[in-house]
Amino acid sequence: MKRAAALVAALAVLAAAVWLVWPSAPAVRGQEQRIAVVDGPGDDQRVELDTTYFPPAGEGRAPAVLLAHGFGGSKDSVRAQAVRLARQGYAVLTWSARGFGRSTGQIALNSPDYEVKDVEQLIDWLAKRPEVRLDAAGDPRVGIAGGSYGGAIALMTAAHDARVDAIVPMITWSDLSEALFPNGVFKKMWAGLFFSRGAPAAGAEGLRALTAPPRPLSAEEARCGRFLPAVCEMYQRVAATGRPTPEAVEMLRASSPVTVAGRIKAPTLLIQGQRDSLFTLAQADANAKAIAAAGTPVEVMWFDGGHDGGNGEVDWLDERLLDWFDRHLRAAAGPGTAVVSPGTGTAGRGTTETGSAGTGTAGTGSAETGSVGTGSPGTVQGFTITRDGGRDPGTRQRIRLHPGTDRYPGLTGTAATPIQLAGPDQNVANPPGGNPASISAVPGIGGLLGGGGAQGGNPGVSLDMPGQSAVFESAPLAEPLQLTGTATVKIRVRAPGEATLFAKLYDVADAVTPPTLPAGLVTPVRVPAGAGEVTVTLPAVDHRFAAGHRLRLALTTTDMGYATPAEPAGYVVGLAAPTLTVPTVPELAAPPSGPVWWTWALPLAAVAVAALVLATGRRTAAPSGRSVKGDRTSPNAAGTNGTGTHGTGANTAGPNGAGPNGAGPNGAGPNGAGLNGAGANGAAAPGAGGAEVPLEIAGLTKAYRNGEKAVDGLSFRVEKGQVLGLLGPNGAGKTTTMRMMMGLIHPDAGQIRIFGDPVTPGAPVLSRLGSFVEGPGFLPHLSGRDNLTLYWQATGRPPQDAHMAEALEIAGLGSALERAVRTYSQGMRQRLAIAQAMLGLPDLLVLDEPTNGLDPPQIREMREVLKRYARDGRTVIVSSHLLAEVEQTCSHVVVMHRGRLVSAGPVSDLLDTARHNGHGPRLEDVFLDLIGDKS
Amino acid sequence: MTVHSGGAPGYAARRTLPLRVEIVRQFKRRRTLVMFGLLLALPWILVIAFQLGPQNTGQQNALRLSDLATQSGLNFAAFALSVSASFLLVVAVALFCGDTVASEASWSSLRYLLAAPVPRDRLLRQKLVVALGYSAAAVICLPVMALVAGTLVFGWNDIQVPGTGETIPAFDVLPRFGIVIGYALVSQLTVAALAFLLSTVTDSPLGAVGGAVGLVIVSTILQAVEALGSLREFLPTFWNTAWMDALAPTLDWGGMTKGAAVSVSYAAILIAVAFRRFRRRDVVS
Repeated sequence: MKRAAALVAALAVLAAAVWLVWPSAPAVRGQEQRIAVVDGPGDDQRVELDTTYFPPAGEGRAPAVLLAHGFGGSKDSVRAQAVRLARQGYAVLTWSARGFGRSTGQIALNSPDYEVKDVEQLIDWLAKRPEVRLDAAGDPRVGIAGGSYGGAIALMTAAHDARVDAIVPMITWSDLSEALFPNGVFKKMWAGLFFSRGAPAAGAEGLRALTAPPRPLSAEEARCGRFLPAVCEMYQRVAATGRPTPEAVEMLRASSPVTVAGRIKAPTLLIQGQRDSLFTLAQADANAKAIAAAGTPVEVMWFDGGHDGGNGEVDWLDERLLDWFDRHLRAAAGPGTAVVSPGTGTAGRGTTETGSAGTGTAGTGSAETGSVGTGSPGTVQGFTITRDGGRDPGTRQRIRLHPGTDRYPGLTGTAATPIQLAGPDQNVANPPGGNPASISAVPGIGGLLGGGGAQGGNPGVSLDMPGQSAVFESAPLAEPLQLTGTATVKIRVRAPGEATLFAKLYDVADAVTPPTLPAGLVTPVRVPAGAGEVTVTLPAVDHRFAAGHRLRLALTTTDMGYATPAEPAGYVVGLAAPTLTVPTVPELAAPPSGPVWWTWALPLAAVAVAALVLATGRRTAAPSGRSVKGDRTSPNAAGTNGTGTHGTGANTAGPNGAGPNGAGPNGAGPNGAGLNGAGANGAAAPGAGGAEVPLEIAGLTKAYRNGEKAVDGLSFRVEKGQVLGLLGPNGAGKTTTMRMMMGLIHPDAGQIRIFGDPVTPGAPVLSRLGSFVEGPGFLPHLSGRDNLTLYWQATGRPPQDAHMAEALEIAGLGSALERAVRTYSQGMRQRLAIAQAMLGLPDLLVLDEPTNGLDPPQIREMREVLKRYARDGRTVIVSSHLLAEVEQTCSHVVVMHRGRLVSAGPVSDLLDTARHNGHGPRLEDVFLDLIGDKS
Repeated sequence: MTVHSGGAPGYAARRTLPLRVEIVRQFKRRRTLVMFGLLLALPWILVIAFQLGPQNTGQQNALRLSDLATQSGLNFAAFALSVSASFLLVVAVALFCGDTVASEASWSSLRYLLAAPVPRDRLLRQKLVVALGYSAAAVICLPVMALVAGTLVFGWNDIQVPGTGETIPAFDVLPRFGIVIGYALVSQLTVAALAFLLSTVTDSPLGAVGGAVGLVIVSTILQAVEALGSLREFLPTFWNTAWMDALAPTLDWGGMTKGAAVSVSYAAILIAVAFRRFRRRDVVS
């Protein structure tokens, strides 16, 4: 135990040391710069951009990354991400776009004339940095990443500047006019929020912004904030009417990647949020198709996040972003080509991220299956999606799976499942003023209401106002249905004029649970006057409808997030065709990636370790052989005990000579010469007398933990028919010797042989030994009889060999035999224990202080029992510190003191010696004499 | 080693300490009977508690396991298992496995068994088998009794899944329930093995049981330390609730596989160490 404690302590110290010296992430320090740029249609507007430059950790020239912030943010919003990238060895430049943060200028919505020109000049600036790797003079190796507003600038810049080598636009738009006027319906709440974020700078940041008195604003500032006046005018016009004007559409499209996407040559990773009612998955779809059409490598990811909340998956996105830049910026290829050798990363895209641990299995995301060069123009190569993976069994937290395919399936899927909807034509009304309005995703607070979990966990809150919605429902699904993309359905609308409807596809679990609106998304539909039938493309989502659930198509006349006609109107809405076409991507069916490697490796390793532990722990049979050898050579065994201590005479007639076996092979040995003490040792040599010698001890040594020897070079032998007294004061080593006879204690040296067999733990020969050492040992809850019966059964020997009756007679317990042992007195237990030792009438009986606790008649009876027992050719060894006891019971005696043999021989011889030495005829005197000698 | 037939006539090491004998030796102990009595009574105590408690009148959209417990016998059994698996069953398993050798040592009967002689490896093996058998019986008897009690009192209805509230037909769940119990058994292996190891190194039965329970407590505390990240997956208690996956609408083996792997691994090593130590140990009790 001490060793174990020491080991634990050592490990703890080691762990602490490792913890302390473990290399921490390299420190990254940002350098604040104000970079002056010139932009505008006439290249005549001077703007100062507030930037922070993070030199790369590590040596040499590194690729650079421009990190753009979202709308309403500043360079500080992306600082944490910039530090992470810089630690990974990228030179990172963050900046506040014009009109944001401490940069000057006005917001022009990522216009090619303004923001794009700014970023091109930032690239020029990067090209001059000594740490930045160059593809050519003035052409740094550079990637751009950013979310939302920042994602659009990445796309726009890549389209206008061929020096950009890779981009990762996130949750951004393809066509801003389509994003704000989907199907011509004004997304008023989002638009309002979007433009309000370009409000004038508060002058103070953080908490101080709340407490500092507001700065007085000029009329222009109050009206337009930091927007370019042209943008401001445009917004105010369309927001007032809720109708897009051609000029507005033109201006918004000028700021939209869709117009220039064909010029993008930088490999693009498009990351779009599944919870995004502002820039929907359809926006990324448009970007992906437009960019891929030009032959540029594109991959698409749908993650659990977006402008409406969701998890955000920061770690997962970081990992994929880093992976993308590693592939396309670190690779040796020139700008724009970014060839990655095919087949890098063999692991599939299906990776599991444990939500709690945040360990997206590192590296597995890098599987680019098709090589970049081979993808034919127009195909988007990789597609990864985040899906709910249920709860982690350990933490009970949500986990997300990331299945993927080699080819982006678009929004129409790779397969389609027709679902039959049913429902009559229904009357719906558009309320005057569009109020009250149905609720789906509410911009800005969507994250609070419905963003907490993915599907199934915390359904998006959705509310349809009565009288405003037409509902068509499917039968319960026979099997689960995974919708990936945009479902379509054809409806018929009868309306007095133009009608605006909002289409939603609910997941209806049962009659009790409120229906779920996946991701809280709706699609506005504008039905032109007299159109009659229209095909409705429902929002792009990835949603699993469980078996037994129904699909419910709802068409409402209002939605809080959108501008609707103020005039009251009534429509009749029905299905033109009952089929709802549901796109699916069976290839995505989350690859059950098989058990994690360690689930089979760990048990195998553990079993191997266990086998090793057992194999090395096996006590070799050596102690016998080894110690025998030791005995032969050890002077201790050879001399001290026997000859050294007491001359010769006393022991001459030692058991060897006198015993019935004396005539055996022993006699021929050195014993025959009459040196008894030495004889015992000598006999240890090959133990020739073997199977007939009940007990033979040679050179037996056992030390306590503290090094003091409990038994020290003990050697003697016992012959058949003897009743041997093992005599010695307390602490002489009698009990330890007896324990070693029973195989309970491993000797340090020396050997015990019983009937010629060396004693090892569990040696079969122990079955010929009956023992009672250091008190009885019974199961207290069992009766005396049960104890003996079960004990005998535990030996596995035939019941008839037990001689139970004889043993019970010796115990003499009478009716008490049926009582639980815990009710016994000390003497009763003692007798029962001696009876147990005699079960099976063993050839060698070893009793440790057998008369302790017995009353005088019982003691006398016990003496007789023992003598009788030995008379039948069996051997009895009795240890005692009571001299009288030994004198009256034993034929032979071995005297021990402090672990050593002091004397051995027949009791009578010992007494003779005593008389010879002038003592009285009492063993006690002899004993004291012997001990006195030694001490 | 010299091979002597050596033993007394009729003696064979492979016949020593038969399982039947060890089972009888352990069964009549008060400790065994009390533990089983408690495990069998607990479901009825829970039933009474649910009956006495204020009734849920309003249709609340409650999807916690405890709210669903009265829905059906199966739900009730799942609830009973979930409330007892984390501690009561741990104590039961630790008791049966931790007490087995240590109590023999404390009664001094160990040395007589070893001198009988029951070879040390065999003694440990037989004791381990019986202790695991009693542990298994304990882990099985609680949910089975809960199933009986719940079915008698709450009826035989389909099971309602916590969290989503989906229902699964009762007969579909019955085999799943077998998986739950099986996994509950496997997940207790670490505790069993540690208790057994401690049992071979100490003479105090309470020390062995307490040590194993202590491990569970420490592991549960460490499990709450988010900073440990994925290291926690290798804590012996981390996957103890993974059996809930077997009651989900779609059976997910992932967590249970991991939990079983961790549990079996710890158990293999701990038991190997127990054998190694016991072989070399000087029995002085």
